[in-house]
Amino acid sequence: MSNVPQDRLYARSHEWVRELADGTIELGITDHAQHALGDLVFVEVPEVGREVAAGGACAVVESVKAASDVYSPIAGTVVAVNEQLAAAPEQINQDPYGAGWIMRLKATAPLAGAGLLSPAEYASVLASN
Amino acid sequence: MSTSIREPLIFDYSRTGRGATAQWVAEEAAPALPAALRRVTPPALPAASELAVVRHYTRLSQLNFSIDTHFYPLGSCTMKYNPKACNSAALLPEFTGRHPLASEKHSQGFLRCMHELQEMLQEVTGMQSVSLSPMAGAHGEFAGVAMIRAYHLARGDVDRNEIIVPQAAHGTNPATATMCGCVVREISVNADGDVNIDELRAAVGPRTAGIMLTNPSTLGVFERRIEEVARLVHEAGGLLYYDGANLNAILGKVRPGDMGFDVIHMNLHKTFSTPHGGGGPGAGAVGVGPRLVPFLPVPLVGVEKRAGGEHFRLLTEADRPQSIGRLTGFMGNAGVLLRAYVYMRMLGREGMSRVGEYATLNSNYLFARLQKAGFEAAYPERRASHEFILTLKRLAAERGVTAMDVAKRLLDYGFHAPTTYFPLLVPECLLIEPTETESKETLDAFVTAMSEILREAAEKPEQLKGAPFTMPVRRLDDVRAARELDLVHR
Repeated sequence: MSNVPQDRLYARSHEWVRELADGTIELGITDHAQHALGDLVFVEVPEVGREVAAGGACAVVESVKAASDVYSPIAGTVVAVNEQLAAAPEQINQDPYGAGWIMRLKATAPLAGAGLLSPAEYASVLASN
Repeated sequence: MSTSIREPLIFDYSRTGRGATAQWVAEEAAPALPAALRRVTPPALPAASELAVVRHYTRLSQLNFSIDTHFYPLGSCTMKYNPKACNSAALLPEFTGRHPLASEKHSQGFLRCMHELQEMLQEVTGMQSVSLSPMAGAHGEFAGVAMIRAYHLARGDVDRNEIIVPQAAHGTNPATATMCGCVVREISVNADGDVNIDELRAAVGPRTAGIMLTNPSTLGVFERRIEEVARLVHEAGGLLYYDGANLNAILGKVRPGDMGFDVIHMNLHKTFSTPHGGGGPGAGAVGVGPRLVPFLPVPLVGVEKRAGGEHFRLLTEADRPQSIGRLTGFMGNAGVLLRAYVYMRMLGREGMSRVGEYATLNSNYLFARLQKAGFEAAYPERRASHEFILTLKRLAAERGVTAMDVAKRLLDYGFHAPTTYFPLLVPECLLIEPTETESKETLDAFVTAMSEILREAAEKPEQLKGAPFTMPVRRLDDVRAARELDLVHR
């Protein structure tokens, strides 16, 4: 069973977000997503300053099986990206909720109204698949 | 097959001064070439004897899995047997010696073949007109969506830029739409593999340029509500694109034109007899219904009645002012088109139907036998088309044996692996396409091997992790190969 930490919110398309102390929103893909993709070989992150729309593609993760878009569940501006992923995409496989974070956003609206799933809700989505 | 052969690179056979006389470089450079343009250092080609070269490449060919040596049930790729006669005819010197810029007067035989090919493809797809220009499947897709765009723009319908793509579509479909300046709207498929009609109904509207569909879809099932899909899209003002990458299941049975499609591309190299794999060459002819005829890429082959009989000629921008233009320097890959022509002439109308019948019969036979042997179908309630999907998610959960382990072990049993992990919608999947050219004996032998692997998975699952054991190389580290890309031999 995939790991679903309690300290963040989830999207149906298998991304997670969490609010950091400085108010920015950190985004990554879930343990389930990294497992389904398999060993990642390439991660394409957006440029800092890019505006992303809610539900819009904002990054690409590529494994030997497939290349997949990463969708941002919230609208905002990219304020930081995880530069280490360029040289070490395996960080997402090894630590999807920590060192494998993909980007940080300055959200245009609070997380509460974004239709995100609670850990329990996301876990039940996984269980029903 | 011999085991553990590590055949050196051709460069390793190189010895200074050695060579094959037939390949010796002329001592004198072409006199017309100015000295400044001549290379100073000779090219770094290997210097090996003719015998060493013959042995090297013969050994490499013996290490191959190929359709001439093995059953190759690679789903979505259609690795069927292509009659050698098609190849021989396409290699006649009268064809290979023809310059692409040769005059029409000297090209009447070739142009007649191409004109007949256009007509046969129209007949088999139910389309009104066909262009042979695109060089491959994705190229044909590009032509198709470019025509859809041109159609809307010609009507002043400039806001129609959305292309609807179901989840079960080929991965190239969204890429094509994006290349053509459209926006992709993805809709889901139901648990039974059909398009979600409610989502389609919600997605269509005044911005809909069209929908791209593969039928049978990549899930190996025939879209049962295709007429309703066509009606919804047409009523909204959009057009229907048929991804005809593989026509084997429907050949001689169902025609995309009759289903309501406005445009189709056909991978002639998959359905109509060109050996493929490894990147080409291919041919992605496009066929269109009445609305898109003016936009077809040029050149097309037209025919005129003249004194003394029919005269074939290339139609150009002058004849087709609304054409989306030229996609290639000349007119597609002539060799692939000729193979398709010969294949279709050999089969005839009756033979086409037999392709459809045997492609689906073989597929459904294998599907039924593998389920009986204990494999789980991804869509058990559906009939297979030319291919079908097994899911090994239970085996993976219970035994830790993945689709990749089974695929690798099949090599030891003398079978090429099916397609693995595609489509992405189905976890731990094997996409199996036996094709119409395999005998019942081959299919039965495949079932025996699969049953044996299932038994091994139950008894010694950890051993499957090491497969293959009898191949020239063992399990390759594809992750490291992708992460540390190194394409230089030294």
